[in-house]
Amino acid sequence: MSFLQNSLPYILAGISVGGQYALIAIGYTMVYGILRLINFAHGDVFMAAGMFMVFLSASLPLGVAVPLVLLLTVLLGFLIERAAYKPLRSAPRMSVMISAIGVSYLLQNCALYFTGGLAKVYPQLPWLSDTVTIFGAVTKRVTLITPILTLLLVIGLSLFIRYTKVGMAMRAVSKDFETARLMGIKVNSVISMTFIIGSLLAAVGSLLYFTNYASVTPTSGGMPGLKCFVAAVIGGTGTIPRAVLGAILNGICETILKGLGWTTFSDAFTFALLIVILLVKPTGLFGEKATDKV
Amino acid sequence: MELRKDKKKDALCTAVALAGMFVVLLVMELTMKSTSILFTVLKKGVIYALVAVSMNLLNGFTGLFSLGQAGFMLIGAYTYSILSMPVSVKMGESVYKYYDCAIGIELGIFPSLILAGIIAAVFAALIGLPVLRLKSDYLAIATLGFAEILRAFFQWDAMGPVTNGANVLRQYKDLTKVKIPFTSIPFPPTLFCFLVSGICIAIIVLLINSSYGRAFKAIRDDEIAAEAMGINLFKHKEMSFVISSFFAGISGAMLAMFQYTVQAAQFKTAMTYEILLIVVIGGIGSITGSCIASFLFIACNEWWLRFLDESSNNILGLNILRSGFRKVVFSIIIMIIVLFFSKGIMGEREFSWERIRAFFRDPFGAKSRRAKKAAASEGGES
Repeated sequence: MSFLQNSLPYILAGISVGGQYALIAIGYTMVYGILRLINFAHGDVFMAAGMFMVFLSASLPLGVAVPLVLLLTVLLGFLIERAAYKPLRSAPRMSVMISAIGVSYLLQNCALYFTGGLAKVYPQLPWLSDTVTIFGAVTKRVTLITPILTLLLVIGLSLFIRYTKVGMAMRAVSKDFETARLMGIKVNSVISMTFIIGSLLAAVGSLLYFTNYASVTPTSGGMPGLKCFVAAVIGGTGTIPRAVLGAILNGICETILKGLGWTTFSDAFTFALLIVILLVKPTGLFGEKATDKV
Repeated sequence: MELRKDKKKDALCTAVALAGMFVVLLVMELTMKSTSILFTVLKKGVIYALVAVSMNLLNGFTGLFSLGQAGFMLIGAYTYSILSMPVSVKMGESVYKYYDCAIGIELGIFPSLILAGIIAAVFAALIGLPVLRLKSDYLAIATLGFAEILRAFFQWDAMGPVTNGANVLRQYKDLTKVKIPFTSIPFPPTLFCFLVSGICIAIIVLLINSSYGRAFKAIRDDEIAAEAMGINLFKHKEMSFVISSFFAGISGAMLAMFQYTVQAAQFKTAMTYEILLIVVIGGIGSITGSCIASFLFIACNEWWLRFLDESSNNILGLNILRSGFRKVVFSIIIMIIVLFFSKGIMGEREFSWERIRAFFRDPFGAKSRRAKKAAASEGGES
């Protein structure tokens, strides 16, 4: 029982962080599935969602601020795609990736400008930030809510992709871009939809993530963002459940490492895992056989 | 015969221009105040030029999209500062406060610089073995990951006796400690940076123009065709990666010399991104482009756009200009370049005297346009 009491907070926190990572990783994996692009700016969209929340909640009640944050983040994701990726649709992959890096640089610098470089305190969300006790382990309620919310969103998204017309179009575009266009699918609107869903989930993820971490800085999106992409690769990019599994696995490993006092290596571990997996099992832990990654 | 003569003339022109540049630099250093911002920009610019060229060797000439440059600079900077730090400082309390320094040797500036490059190259050789089997974006994310791992490794407590953990390294031999050989007269620091970087860049240029360089370009253009022509893909990729990292290590060491202090936390992925953006602005696959772009980048970042950060420059009572606005404007400019001028300043071309001469014969194509117009009107009359 005492072992459970000691280790339970870590496992719970791990699953919770993993759930938040999963919400970001979905955005990466969907974009990667369709455009074959590592959207380096996605982590910064996630940071921007945190910033929106900080600034909006200062003047508006939470009930208005939260939906507005979701809306603004979606708008941001949509605009980034239209402004920075769409003009480069026929350019080589490397230029699109460079454009993504440029957007990431721009978003970080904008955040730096608006915050003056100071870490902003994230507002307390009344119900989520409360502490609860479960099996004698004390934790915030958000830790318990995250996995449930993530699960619901993932199920919803999977159903959406499976059964709706837009979802079918998405699958078609990710299978074969050109053929999908020939079949009369409006590729551009499908891609926009992908970015909208990705940004929405990143915004939800940021609400949960920053409630745990309590402060937002202009660079606080970069590392989690990269880690989430890595998590998606570890699980096997392309399909959502695998990316989610990878992200949760990653979250648990990271929390355990932090618990053991190896905080310096918590970021490095993810990348080490990535490199090992890319070399041993290039399709990801839960991946299919066919691939052209390596 | 004519061609060879032209080539000789061009080489002479280049040599004269370079010599002229060094003389001008020397005169400037001797006459102007050394604290001038111009020198800061020149020094940092030339250091970044070296790392940008080394990244261009990988990304532009070998077609390997690697994002590990900051990691190798980190190795170079640390190797240099640890090796060149006087033993008395290492044993004292002023730098290694929480650890007992395990390195009991002290080397001069040149051996330390060279070793900084070599150790970066050794790490690159080890990292290259697994990583270079990956392609395009997977290679990018794996190299980026290795840079992060290196950064964590250098900050690790157990490495403390060597790297001083996450703490600052200082009091090593910085730029002010460079002396003219066999005398105790200080070497002009900007000139020193230009000399070291110049030699390194010249070596890279020679490499690119050699048969190895042609093999690199063949790999960039088409891997399968290159392999069919008998180019050993892995060998050449590994070679390009190691050489690029060697020079990244040296530029990291020079950055350490320039900054007076070194801390692992500085060498983040953001640094790699900046170097990549320099390469893109200059033109992927152009050495001269990378050099020009790095001076422009550093000058804009540190000097020319400074006025945007001063709130006293605001007009109409708007409070737009304040600290950080410079960076916003700067990144918007970069985005415009990336989106609309994706070839960068130079594209894939290099600086050539032929083009300069052609420009003076026919500035902005005005003459040829006039000639064309004349020809067209003549055609209309007849």
